[in-house]
Amino acid sequence: MTECGARSASWQTCIIDEIVQQTPRIKSFFMRLSTPFAHVAGQHVDIRLTAPDGYVAMRSYSIASSPSSSEVIELAIELLPTGEVSLFFHEIAVVGDEVELRGPLGGHFLWPELASGPILLIGAGSGVVPLMAMIRQRRALAQTVPTALLLSSRTIRDTPFSEELLAVEMADPTFRFSLAVTQEASQRSSDFSRRIDGAMVGDVVSRLPNRPAHVFVCGSNAFVNFATDGALMAGLDPSMIKTERYGG
Amino acid sequence: MVTRGFAGRDSGRDQSDRIPPGQHLVENFPVLTAGPTPLVETADWRFTLKIGPKPHKVWNWHEFNALPKTKMTRDIHCVTAWSKLNTNWEGVTIDDILADAGLERPTDFVLARCYDGYSTNVPSRDLASLKAMVALKYEGQPLPRDHGGPARLLVPHLYFWKSAKWVNTLQFTNRDEAGFWELRGYHIYGDPWREQRYSND
Repeated sequence: MTECGARSASWQTCIIDEIVQQTPRIKSFFMRLSTPFAHVAGQHVDIRLTAPDGYVAMRSYSIASSPSSSEVIELAIELLPTGEVSLFFHEIAVVGDEVELRGPLGGHFLWPELASGPILLIGAGSGVVPLMAMIRQRRALAQTVPTALLLSSRTIRDTPFSEELLAVEMADPTFRFSLAVTQEASQRSSDFSRRIDGAMVGDVVSRLPNRPAHVFVCGSNAFVNFATDGALMAGLDPSMIKTERYGG
Repeated sequence: MVTRGFAGRDSGRDQSDRIPPGQHLVENFPVLTAGPTPLVETADWRFTLKIGPKPHKVWNWHEFNALPKTKMTRDIHCVTAWSKLNTNWEGVTIDDILADAGLERPTDFVLARCYDGYSTNVPSRDLASLKAMVALKYEGQPLPRDHGGPARLLVPHLYFWKSAKWVNTLQFTNRDEAGFWELRGYHIYGDPWREQRYSND
């Protein structure tokens, strides 16, 4: 009884095809794979950088793109103050550079092939990345499972993919998007201007036709703890909540 | 393959004899958990030793804390590629737990089970001879909830997903039965020095 997961994935060389600044601290890197693979939305890749003296640095990054376009995958990488790999991507890497990558990896934080009920996605900062792959996969397959995204951000400007998310919401009445901004006033009535709490999760859940059967929460450990405490206070069952915590 | 323009930070090269391949040093203590953080009160806490499906002995918090305590200073290595050196733990070794239960290694394999439904498998020999403990303290303080408090398994010579947080059962099994991450693509044994991250590594 194995969920689809990382069985074996060999290292391959990929080329940076395009770089897009998403927010002041997050850039998207479109990586052209030499050996394309099909991933499941929510999975990640490992990236390996090697210095001239043989020193190797490895980090995991979630895939932001939908599995339907697998020759080029999108990674959205946040610049971390002490991050030797994120610093390389933000300040040194240019289009045409080659890096080593392996994947797809991860067998738990996965978009369900057949959802048994509505889906609630909660994220903050670069934690939106695997959720973005899920939303894009849902769109690509024209799935209609009711889905709500609650995204926390300092300001609207700090929110990655916000234009695309607003466009998906406009086009698809079964997708609801709520933004919780913590350092400025919210602009839409469906948004919030405070940190995520139980009342807010309850509010977002009430906009779904029935209670969620799958909950995915991604962000820093502190954020995931706030958000899952909120989800539990809103009466959601802990066994349906999958979390992914950044910062390792 | 050398990556154009990548130098790496100097601290990453320190103490390379203690950092397994593909790992980097951290000063903080990252938290990685697949679901919500459970809240386990010591008043409700129970620890069960099972042989196959049968419970052999159960301890409550008070009884478990009366067992002999051991301190360990160890380097720990997470499969997400961070390593942390010189971490200080205090708890009850698996040897002392078995002795209190009047057992010597009943079978060759163990499945550790936890309050949040998590599980992980470890060969019995990797838990014996002071190699592993059920940790109750970290850096002299009661184990924080985020890091598995009130009690977690500590098997520091294997990747840290084997050191199951919120542990409540050690079940001796005849077969090596895959646990939570081992069923989801991660290596059945998980030796960081052999870089056994994923199933076929």
